[in-house]
Amino acid sequence: MSDLMKVSSNPHVRSKTDTSSIMLTVVIALLPAAGFGIYNFGMDALILILVTVASTVLTEFLFEKICKRKVTIGDYSAIVTGLLLAMNLPASAPWWIGVVGGVFAILVVKMLFGGLGQNFMNPALGGRCFLLISFTSIMTNFDCDAYAGATPLASLKGGETVDILDMVIGRTAGTIGETSMIAIVTGACILILMGIIDLRIPGSYIISFVIFISIFGGHGLDWAYISAHLAGGGLMLGAFFMATDYVTRPITKNGQYVFGILLGILTGIFRIFGPSSEGVSYAIIIGNLLVPLIEKITLPTAFGKGGAKK
Amino acid sequence: MNNAKERLVNGIVKENPTFVLMLGMCPTLAVTTSAVNGLGMGLTTTVVLALSNVFISLLRGIIPDKVRIPAFIVIIASFVTVVELLLQGYIPFLYDALGIYIPLIVVNCIILGRAEAYAYKNPVLPSLFDGIGMGLGFSAALTCIGAVRELLGAGEIFGIHVMPESYVPVSIFIMAPGAFFVLALLTAIQNKVKISGERKGKDMSRIQSGCGNDCMNCSDAGCAHRIYDDKTEKRADGDAKKQIAEAKDAEIKTGDSKNTEVTNGEEQTKEEKKNG
Repeated sequence: MSDLMKVSSNPHVRSKTDTSSIMLTVVIALLPAAGFGIYNFGMDALILILVTVASTVLTEFLFEKICKRKVTIGDYSAIVTGLLLAMNLPASAPWWIGVVGGVFAILVVKMLFGGLGQNFMNPALGGRCFLLISFTSIMTNFDCDAYAGATPLASLKGGETVDILDMVIGRTAGTIGETSMIAIVTGACILILMGIIDLRIPGSYIISFVIFISIFGGHGLDWAYISAHLAGGGLMLGAFFMATDYVTRPITKNGQYVFGILLGILTGIFRIFGPSSEGVSYAIIIGNLLVPLIEKITLPTAFGKGGAKK
Repeated sequence: MNNAKERLVNGIVKENPTFVLMLGMCPTLAVTTSAVNGLGMGLTTTVVLALSNVFISLLRGIIPDKVRIPAFIVIIASFVTVVELLLQGYIPFLYDALGIYIPLIVVNCIILGRAEAYAYKNPVLPSLFDGIGMGLGFSAALTCIGAVRELLGAGEIFGIHVMPESYVPVSIFIMAPGAFFVLALLTAIQNKVKISGERKGKDMSRIQSGCGNDCMNCSDAGCAHRIYDDKTEKRADGDAKKQIAEAKDAEIKTGDSKNTEVTNGEEQTKEEKKNG
């Protein structure tokens, strides 16, 4: 009886979806790629992932305890940040790299700007770029027990040929989570089928990147070259898991297309004209910074305000 | 000499140009890659600041009001040129490290700000100490920032290795982003100290001493807000007076019949004044 009499004002939320269920789905979707990374790079990768996730969760918990705020580690967003950050580290990195990156990602990029929903930049990528600038030699050393030498993208840039089948499966050097295209796309399919993400950003990102590569890559419409660029590096991980971050992507539909195209062009510029062979994380971070402007120019017309002017 | 001491304390603590006034951010962010560079930049600026303050104070009766800014720039630029040549001759490593930022001292807003806000209106001796105080405050802030950046970014302070061998330098701190991190951190610590001091009942206000009505170069937003409020109040007063005058005009035109209404109106405006 008392339940029936409850009167409340709108909006009346009917969906069971909340932050923690979305974040949990993202964690599950990341597991194939993380699992393949552990299989590929061994125990080092597992330890690095665990240390990084523990540091992000602990940082968020301690910060909220010290500042006497509501503890929000129950929404799993710190776990997603830690997992994504760890998957962006090379397996040869020492454990404290994960801790430094995790603390920076949560403390500086996320909590100092007001916590989940307020951060203007993807925390995991912010942490990765901090590490990349600070410890360049450690972050770009992909030598480990399983693989020695350059990443496929670096050899591609050096003009060597690469084995595309290995790249699609993931048997190459690289960061823990980026090597296997199959595992990442499997995770992405989970997200798409669950309705967590849609194809607007990843689709426009990848298509605009392919167009850019075929125009400026110097190989024309060479499918081997293009597919090597698609399967190599962090493009798939970035397009499906990091560019689609709810907090740091544009809200408007048209804005999401603009965002995706911008990321594709930036990634192409960094990969082809930049000094480094990889540029996904910087592209997404710059895109994140431009999101308020993109939203401003793609603001849809309010109902009743449109139509021909007389 | 009491005034001189007050000026020194004011420059170093109360109105520290970097942490309180937030002036001169360009050299602050650009040259503090190490403690030595920060100290060098700070002391160079101190010399220029003290000398230019003295000369602007000496010439304050001669410089016409309308062209005072160009006149300040000429004086400051002369001293910067002197200091630049001296540095190049005697401390070449510092000259190389500071590079373009030495000539840029000319447009340092601390120097122009002190000239405009203090030296142009005050006698020579207080202006000299104002310049020295501000310069030392700037040097102290730059040395602090430089020391923290050098410690984290290279594991050294003043070129002496202090961190353990196993410490891996976080090189982002000696690059551009590190300057922003460290400046924000030090300013936050300073604000924290100030706020907790105010809570304990200490008087941490800093407006009374150095305010030369120079709101452009002052960071005290609350002060500007109060001045603005005063002005709007006066304007409202003026409006009320106008209304009364108009009402009186109307009274003369229409005769005595509306006398009562007018007095009502006057009472109302008086009430408004009280409320305002």
